Amino acid sequence: MTNERNITCIVCPIGCKILIKTNGMRLEHVGGNKCKKGIEYVKSEVFDPRRMLTTSVLVNGGEWPLVSVKSSKPVPKEKLFSILKEIKRTAVNAPVKSGQKIIRNVANTDISIIATKTVKNNKI
Amino acid sequence: MIEPEVIKVIDSSADVVVIGGGPAGLAAAISAKESGAEHVVLLDRNSWLGGILPQCIHDGFGVEETGISMTGPEYAEKYIEMTEKKGIDAMKETMVLQFNEKREITAVNKNGLYKIKAKSIVLAMGCREKTRWNVMIPGDRPSGIYTAGVAQAFINLYNIMPGKNVIILGSGDVGLIMARRLKFEGANVLGVVEILPYASGLPRNVVQCLDDYNIPIFFNHTVTCIDGRERVEQVTIAQIDEKMNVISGTEKKIECDTLLLSLGLIPENELAKNVGIEINNLTGGTTVNQYFETTLPGVFACGNCLQVYDTVDVLANDAKNAGKNAANNLTIQKKDKKIFIKVVPGMGVRYVVPQIISELGKVHLTLRVEKPRESSVLHVIVDGKELLRKRLPWANPANMIGVDIDVPPETMTTSHNLEVILDDQ
Repeated sequence: MTNERNITCIVCPIGCKILIKTNGMRLEHVGGNKCKKGIEYVKSEVFDPRRMLTTSVLVNGGEWPLVSVKSSKPVPKEKLFSILKEIKRTAVNAPVKSGQKIIRNVANTDISIIATKTVKNNKI
Repeated sequence: MIEPEVIKVIDSSADVVVIGGGPAGLAAAISAKESGAEHVVLLDRNSWLGGILPQCIHDGFGVEETGISMTGPEYAEKYIEMTEKKGIDAMKETMVLQFNEKREITAVNKNGLYKIKAKSIVLAMGCREKTRWNVMIPGDRPSGIYTAGVAQAFINLYNIMPGKNVIILGSGDVGLIMARRLKFEGANVLGVVEILPYASGLPRNVVQCLDDYNIPIFFNHTVTCIDGRERVEQVTIAQIDEKMNVISGTEKKIECDTLLLSLGLIPENELAKNVGIEINNLTGGTTVNQYFETTLPGVFACGNCLQVYDTVDVLANDAKNAGKNAANNLTIQKKDKKIFIKVVPGMGVRYVVPQIISELGKVHLTLRVEKPRESSVLHVIVDGKELLRKRLPWANPANMIGVDIDVPPETMTTSHNLEVILDDQ
């Protein structure tokens, strides 16, 4: 049976409304996307929805109490909250450099959590 | 108390002074330096550069500019590094008090009072969030009412949770992003209340910040009352009609401890107003020509104090042009062939930047439409002649539209406005 639905693309700020038709695990039709990235997004969204995860991690002895972090690649949607739980248990010592790996293989996903900000030592 | 005579006055001068060290100011300063300005000074009142970028920890920055999706802090660090490399004189914790028609800037910091003579000034002061008092929400005045950006700074910079059970009024991008952020940090986001029949933030943020977490959005609704003695205890929401009047009988009380406001942004232009620079009442930003020059010669404007942008990519691109023009000091007031065409938004168009065209040739216009539409046509018309006709498969007020036009020589003799209109196909 063919199912039809609209998916709003989240790759860029335009947010194309993409019409898709699926039949089981088959994608029969994709329309309304303004670029190729839309097709990739729809494929992922239908069969394996993922999101980039951005949050923050506690810093000990830093000029800021937190360092912002991101996932090294988009994480499976259903794992978001278990990953967040692990991140909340984590703290790092200053200094932290942007790009530094904070957690490896977070929640057994093979994905890393990476600092997106440089946090120097607290000067006091 | 400091006696007046002990305040040190420091005299200096610069080719280009950029006021504000956020994304627009950084881009303008770098571009001014690259365009040949020798001494570029960047002034910011905060202890860091990058403006609000460090608190925007979500990603999506830089996609249009570089093809890479960065988080706010990453994007900021890239630009900050460049300002250091290029030898831009960045002065943090420095507050500009005023500047005059001769482009003499008065600024203050811990070292004393600065008098800086600038050949060109670039305004990049950014914007402020609308508060409860901009929309006059009746009720008590308890704690627990924050603008979305303040809540964002609390959570992402200072590790402070603003509350547990949250209602968000307004569906601007910061509000949507905060809905997800609060959810990540364990708060209950009870819903987003939007007065319009559509979201004012970007479609992708509605999907990945609300829909993903089943956060409801109440369209055509507003908050009509706030109750609470010490802390917010409940808010009343109600449906509104097409004339924006509350439909009585639709009031619903929602228990919560926090109300976030995402009501839109107002360009910050106190410094410009004080010196008599014209402010456009549609954008809240300064009136500019196609070179981003304000009505005061030698003073340029960019970033959110010019118009509120939806992405940093487009903002930075315009700011780079403003910085370049400031370095070259292109002035509209060229005595010989002075033209002055007013650009006005017509039917279906909320605003257009620039508001003035002062030289013939290629001009880039940015605009916003009044309401979401599908399959419409954009027309740029002067003297009954169509300079541009562009089909728009879709148009959304949340997405700024950019078009290039060519202003032909015969327009020189016109006394008419250049009009931008949108109609249905």
